[in-house]
Amino acid sequence: MASDIEPARPVPRFPEPDTEPFYARCREHRLSYQTCRSCGAIVFYPRSHCTRCTATELQWHDSEGRGLIYSVTVMRQHSHPAFRARLPVAVALVDLDEGFRMFSEIITTDPSALRIGQRVTVTWIEEGDVVLPAFTPAEEC
Amino acid sequence: MASDRTAAIVGIHEYPDRKVEGVSAMQIKAHSAARALEDAGLGWSDVDALYDAGETTPGMAGVVMAEYLNLHPRVVDGTGVGGSSYEFHAAHALAAIREKKARVALLTYGSTAKSDSRMPSGIGGPRLDRPTPAANMETPWGLTLIGSYALVAARHMHQYGTTAEELAEIAVTTRYHAMRNPEAVRALEALHFRDIREITTGDVTGSRLIADPLHLLDCCMVSDGGGAVVIADAAVARDTRHRPVWLLGSGEAVGYPENARDITVTAGAQSGPIAFAQAGLRPEDMDIAMIYDSFTITVLAILEDLGFCAKGEGGAYVAGGRLRFDRPGGPALNTDGGGLSSNHPGMRGLFLLIEAVRQLRGDSTSQVPDARYAVAHGNGGQLGTRHAASTIILGRD
Repeated sequence: MASDIEPARPVPRFPEPDTEPFYARCREHRLSYQTCRSCGAIVFYPRSHCTRCTATELQWHDSEGRGLIYSVTVMRQHSHPAFRARLPVAVALVDLDEGFRMFSEIITTDPSALRIGQRVTVTWIEEGDVVLPAFTPAEEC
Repeated sequence: MASDRTAAIVGIHEYPDRKVEGVSAMQIKAHSAARALEDAGLGWSDVDALYDAGETTPGMAGVVMAEYLNLHPRVVDGTGVGGSSYEFHAAHALAAIREKKARVALLTYGSTAKSDSRMPSGIGGPRLDRPTPAANMETPWGLTLIGSYALVAARHMHQYGTTAEELAEIAVTTRYHAMRNPEAVRALEALHFRDIREITTGDVTGSRLIADPLHLLDCCMVSDGGGAVVIADAAVARDTRHRPVWLLGSGEAVGYPENARDITVTAGAQSGPIAFAQAGLRPEDMDIAMIYDSFTITVLAILEDLGFCAKGEGGAYVAGGRLRFDRPGGPALNTDGGGLSSNHPGMRGLFLLIEAVRQLRGDSTSQVPDARYAVAHGNGGQLGTRHAASTIILGRD
């Protein structure tokens, strides 16, 4: 969504072997999470080991990209030019229906109206070579 | 146990200036160390344990400071966990002294955070830090430090009905104490605070929103500053200039994002009970509560987690100025004025120990009569993401 005149937001840096597959799947508009092949535990953010048992084989899954806002804040002051240019910016912890929680931005025309417990759906934004999973209120889809 | 007499804080110094010019953070550390040793009646050669969070020398914490101070410590600890580092250091010094590995421990802190914020940043030089998975998942969204705490505040309000006015009570109380502390008043002047006076909850909730639901006056200041603390074993402590303030208990913990974590619960819920159990004391025994006040929500959540009230009841607990030094019914909170209104150069944990010692010596500008026990709880990092916590229980003879 960033145009040529808007300052770019910070992007993930690579090589970073845990998150590289996640962002590769984002380029195909797949929001993904992992489960342990041994005990079935959900692992998120991505890792190469299970955080419940000691297994080191995990399996990737695609999320439906739907969830609830667990907590949300509207940032009204920012030191980074990319965000300062777009204030106010709403960011949230989102509980996905599959059982993992991720931090992201909620893209909306009315950030002040966002509420904890509100349903949101994944939406994709491009920043340079990177595709990032943001969310938008479900009724705005 | 409350009768434990293993190690005591015997020397303190809080660097008086909050806005420096032509002074380095390492100089602040060295000068503070000299004054704290003087306060104890000790000298450089007495120091055999050095604690350094690495805030001035990342990657070589303790080593460069030993050289700079010309010390040859037998114990070196470079634990760097943000603002809570100094409670971790006190806990580790207590352990080292108990094991008889050391007799006199020196903790120092120095920062020019305020002055640095005016310097251009982000120009030149390669990035030396490697990306982490967590950073790669979070940095694209630009979460600010305040935003991280705001996520906790928003959730606390949602779960428990906590109000902005209740959070504001904490800022009102710390300002009440700051106005009685000449160094805090001088800090507010040096940092060009607009209204240097006692404030009301309306002042806080009427200040502009920075990250909903946190307002400007829910947030700590950014200052320069630093200080030092000297901890000694019982034999040394008996011969120092002031009444020793004994370390009676300690606890440590970390908290971080998890898929089903309740973010209103801080790492203090783990570190607090460990520290109180070791001291053989309860929250209601505390005359003084020095709680890391990066933001009002930090204090509210930690008071609950330390057991001063039940989880979710912090809002009602702090209401009506209960935590002022001149009110009964609760401990006196951050009687130096706290990070909200006296001193916050980025890692405030050292000042929690220093003001607790002033209270137990009888030297605070908001003195609680006959204060006997204090809790100092440091919180480092970001409450809404990953943070460290350490709880220290202190007492006097």
